Amino acid sequence: MAEWLLELFSEEIPSRMQGQAAADLDRLVRAGLAGEGVAFGELRTFAGPRRLTLVVDGLVLRQPDRVEERKGPKINAPDAALAGFLRSTGLTKDQLVERDGVFYASAQVRGRETAEIIAEIVDKTVRGFPWPKSMRWGGGSLRWVRPLHRIICLLDGQIVPFAIDGVASGDTTEGHRFMGSAAPFAVTDFADYQAKLFAHHVILDVAQRRQRIADGARALCASLGLELVEDAGLLEEVAGLAEWPVPLLGAMNPADLDLPPEVIRTSMRTHQKYFAVRASGEPGLAPHFVTVANIDPPDGGALVLAGNGKVLAARLSDARFFWTEDRRVALEDRLEKLKGVTFHAKLGTMYERVQRIEALARQIAPLVGADAGLAARAAKLAKADLGSGMVGEFPELQGIMGGYYARGREPDAVADAIRDHYKPQGPGDSVPTAPVSVAVALADKIDMLTGFFAIGEKPTGSKDPFALRRAALGVIRLIRENGLRLSLGGLFPDEVRGALLDFYADRLKVVLREDGQRHDLVDAVFALGDDDIVRIVNRVDALSAFLATEAGTSLLAGYRRAVNILKAEEKKAPLPSGLAGHLPMAPAPETQLLEALLTARPIVEVAAADERFSDAMNALTGLRGPVDAFFDDVLVNDPDAAIRENRLKLLLQIKDTFHLVADFSLISG
Amino acid sequence: MTGPYGPPARVPVGARAVFNSAYGLMSQNDSLSFQDLILTLHAYWSERGCLILQPHDVEVGAGTLHPATVLRALGKKPWRAAYVQPSRRPGDGRYGENPNRLQHYYQYQVILKPNPIDMQALYLGSLKAIGLDPTVHDVRFVEDDWENPTVGAWGLGWEVWCDGMEVSQYTYFQQVGGLDVDLVAGELTYGLERLAMYVQGVDSIYDLRFNSAGVLYREVFLENERQGSAFNFEAADVATLKRQFEDMERQVPRILAHQGPQGQPLVLPAYDHVLKASHLFNLMDARGAIAVAERQSYIGRIRDLAKMCAQKYVEAEAIEAAHG
Repeated sequence: MAEWLLELFSEEIPSRMQGQAAADLDRLVRAGLAGEGVAFGELRTFAGPRRLTLVVDGLVLRQPDRVEERKGPKINAPDAALAGFLRSTGLTKDQLVERDGVFYASAQVRGRETAEIIAEIVDKTVRGFPWPKSMRWGGGSLRWVRPLHRIICLLDGQIVPFAIDGVASGDTTEGHRFMGSAAPFAVTDFADYQAKLFAHHVILDVAQRRQRIADGARALCASLGLELVEDAGLLEEVAGLAEWPVPLLGAMNPADLDLPPEVIRTSMRTHQKYFAVRASGEPGLAPHFVTVANIDPPDGGALVLAGNGKVLAARLSDARFFWTEDRRVALEDRLEKLKGVTFHAKLGTMYERVQRIEALARQIAPLVGADAGLAARAAKLAKADLGSGMVGEFPELQGIMGGYYARGREPDAVADAIRDHYKPQGPGDSVPTAPVSVAVALADKIDMLTGFFAIGEKPTGSKDPFALRRAALGVIRLIRENGLRLSLGGLFPDEVRGALLDFYADRLKVVLREDGQRHDLVDAVFALGDDDIVRIVNRVDALSAFLATEAGTSLLAGYRRAVNILKAEEKKAPLPSGLAGHLPMAPAPETQLLEALLTARPIVEVAAADERFSDAMNALTGLRGPVDAFFDDVLVNDPDAAIRENRLKLLLQIKDTFHLVADFSLISG
Repeated sequence: MTGPYGPPARVPVGARAVFNSAYGLMSQNDSLSFQDLILTLHAYWSERGCLILQPHDVEVGAGTLHPATVLRALGKKPWRAAYVQPSRRPGDGRYGENPNRLQHYYQYQVILKPNPIDMQALYLGSLKAIGLDPTVHDVRFVEDDWENPTVGAWGLGWEVWCDGMEVSQYTYFQQVGGLDVDLVAGELTYGLERLAMYVQGVDSIYDLRFNSAGVLYREVFLENERQGSAFNFEAADVATLKRQFEDMERQVPRILAHQGPQGQPLVLPAYDHVLKASHLFNLMDARGAIAVAERQSYIGRIRDLAKMCAQKYVEAEAIEAAHG
């Protein structure tokens, strides 16, 4: 059993590509080994700023031997065909095997050396690696993410010799670019490799780099009674920018803290990749930042921090310029500019979009308890910050800046709604609750969906370029989490209503399944065609709770007994319509079932209308006894057509009554 | 006044290493002046086989657009050059009032074609030469893919950060004029004013020491910024610019159709006209004369001209090769 170590050493790999590269290397090599029938134990990959590494242990050194069978001519084929086959296989006729009238030649094939196989796998992997963007360099034709300098390929401590476009395999790599000796060094196996890298100031494992940054940054902050503003995405990014990450705590000018905290954080994160810092337990930011260097500077970081502090000051001074200039102009005066901004070639300008959102917000306002005038005002100004300098610089601050620029000039409810109308932007984002904000947030998303559906830009498969699924989920969360009662269909124009309601139904099903609801219950409720999301959810909840009880089991059994026969009869002939009546001479169980139904029906109707779904189901449960008695004693298919028809009508009415709560036929189990 | 930055390691000609007692930093007067920075880079890249060229004499928005980069990146001939190129960004003018922005500034440009495999090391050597030692300064290569849509060019590379500040753009050209390159050129662009501010530790471009005899950047260029900004934003005549743009646009194919003494198309003069068109576009843009909807179409028109030139350049090189 042997270990295989592979390192692909290159110039700096973009941080955002490293994680996927490690996963791709894992996948490609795993498939390559499996495809060649080479057994192995554990396979691990690592990615960092300058290297992709793979280690596989428990490898066999040679493929297992195997028997290969080759199909020959049929037994009754002309002699010439057989002679040709014998020539090509080098066998005699008595060495062939006959099966189903055909000759077969079988040969023992010796397994290939694993070294030979991995040389092929590396060649294929390197040449076909799925980098999001790759390049050529020098005079070569090989493509890699950045120039590839070295390849370590060691199997069981021996170099597997090969070269890819002039890059020869070997046992040598380089450590940190700047720290320690710059001389390349040789390694013998993975343990030696990892240890020597560490000695040369390279931490191979990204998880360890992340940990080092997070622990170091928190400790630095704690030493001054401060707290790191955690940012998992940023942590991931900076862990891919340094082989020997050293967090350093720097200071910024406290006077810059009068800028909005979102602006400071965004400037720190996007331009400088710094973490923000706050005083422990306080909401605002503290006048500090954490940068992550790639060296352990001999002066403890004073020079590095002085430089970084200066760059941050210049960045914040740019931001201050926008902050000051932007506030000179009222949002309303920026609306004209939106006429020059195309939203989508087929959906007109941003100005036209704003007009649509404004009308929608006005329409939605009374449904969500908001003042229609305030909602319309907020909608009108919601996109005006797109023309501001700050949003031009930091597009991710859209909405937030509008909120700041409206504050003091507009009622607070309007400023809040401008700030929050893009929310929720993802599953982790909060949902606005103030009525005006809710109205504008809904209008914003509904206009997106309506517009793109109208021009035929529906999401398909993995393609959702306009993030319409996220918009629909946003609408669902706004409605659910605020308990809003409205008919969604009423907000859509006729031409896209059907398609959009189907789209929402699909999204809502996904949501409910993620909540752990059984998909058959979700289907049973959706079959009713309701478009009131809160009612749909309540109904699914009630159904789920009720079916878990003994009464629920009983209810379902009663329904099925009543309805199964209808399915069978429906296949033979169309079912009758109309209400069942009291027929003279009807047997007692039939009369009793009809009575029970007539008693239950109005109770179910009222309870369902009042959305007391468990009351409705309790009433339905009461039909179980009469249903059982009916089927025990009465034959539905009476020879007398009138009697048969009346019994079918009775059962149909029972079914309809059940369906006031849900389509129970779709419930399984 | 003591600035926090300077060359702790290799000391360039004429500079003395004196450490600031509080931080172990160089005092401002020992760091490179603006012109010494250029001279140091010239000496460094000259030693490494680069021709030291002079700026191109047509207004350009970036050093890349000098024919010594854009056109020489095409074709199969190796090429190494370094030069300073004045770069004009009419829209960035601030009347000399912003400490960080200029409508006319200098880029230091290096092109190595094909890029040597140790190009990163050569580049880091140039930082050391100007006083930025990567064992005390945090130097990082941060992904930044370069593209210039007006000349149909793109490449992969990084912006190079020194203590969080972008000090260079480093690119491996992949396409120029819409054509895949034969040999990949490595391109380095240093923003000279910004680099000098960092090396000298000053907060305003205008406070840069131009030489070591006390002349400041403001004395040389402040007036140019004031007048340039006023021209770009106020005085430039839009109708004239537009007419001139259209003239240049018509000239490019006409010039390309002419043949030189060896039968080659007149690519070099044609390319100068593309550059003029590009600068006229930038001026119109600064004047606010380009509507949002028109922008892409203007850029596309310039790119088409650049592509024509790139195509003909490759053809011309083949003709030249045939004539020996």
